[in-house]
Amino acid sequence: MPIQYYITLSAILFCIGVTGVLTRRNAIIIFMCIELMLNSVNLLLVAFSKMPPVSKAVSAAATGADAQLFVFFIMVVAAAEVSVGLAIIVMMYRNVHSIDVNFLNRLKN
Amino acid sequence: MSIIEIFFWLLSGLAIFSAIMVLISKNPVHSVLWLIVVFFAISGHYILLNAQFLAIVNLIVYAGAIMVLFLFVIMLMNLNADADPQKNVWLKVIGIVTGGLLLTVLVSAVRSSNDLVNRSAELKTGSIGLIKSLGITLFNEYTVPFELSSILFLSAMVGAVVIGKKE
Repeated sequence: MPIQYYITLSAILFCIGVTGVLTRRNAIIIFMCIELMLNSVNLLLVAFSKMPPVSKAVSAAATGADAQLFVFFIMVVAAAEVSVGLAIIVMMYRNVHSIDVNFLNRLKN
Repeated sequence: MSIIEIFFWLLSGLAIFSAIMVLISKNPVHSVLWLIVVFFAISGHYILLNAQFLAIVNLIVYAGAIMVLFLFVIMLMNLNADADPQKNVWLKVIGIVTGGLLLTVLVSAVRSSNDLVNRSAELKTGSIGLIKSLGITLFNEYTVPFELSSILFLSAMVGAVVIGKKE
């Protein structure tokens, strides 16, 4: 399968995530769109890891495993991020009784 | 068109459709469910690329753990009726235009790239994504990041408890 298809698919998913972050005001939906962007990047990394190298000197197994382990570490960081981020959202709901990000403008003035 | 290609287009369409549904669902619970569908589609892509370990980890960690956490928080807050008080249409239009422009830039960059011509991702072959080869690489070359990630998890756990605690 040509690599351009995978790049385009990942770009579409990433742009949907960006659009979601820009348009929605619900903090949880914004957070889910960030997860969507992380996943599109993961998909792109896995697709690149299956690309055979141009030069024959590099073995495909050595380079591909690195990329897939990076995806693994991205998942690890995403899991940690979600736990802290959701705790912050719960705290915000407790304080302002809403999860609309428009209420978070107290630092503005 | 082989069956692999059919699966590729099917999973891609499913992923994009569900991602759009995540955006336009009014109910946050529906958004979470559509996001789980996106994760399943991406796991299908991983299986097509023969990255079985990542496919399973993606299902367990994302669809299993993270999405349950999201659902738990949404139901804890009782946010089933999405109150969207400020209906600013212009903000939405500008957001959609911005996303579309970014997509245009990315896609045109991919289309005009000479390095990517005739490069392809190998489907259904290779032993990179199997647990054995990944495990050998993980515990030989990436031992220190692996241990650091455990510290990261510990600090995230402590941070979540400290933030969520009632003072």
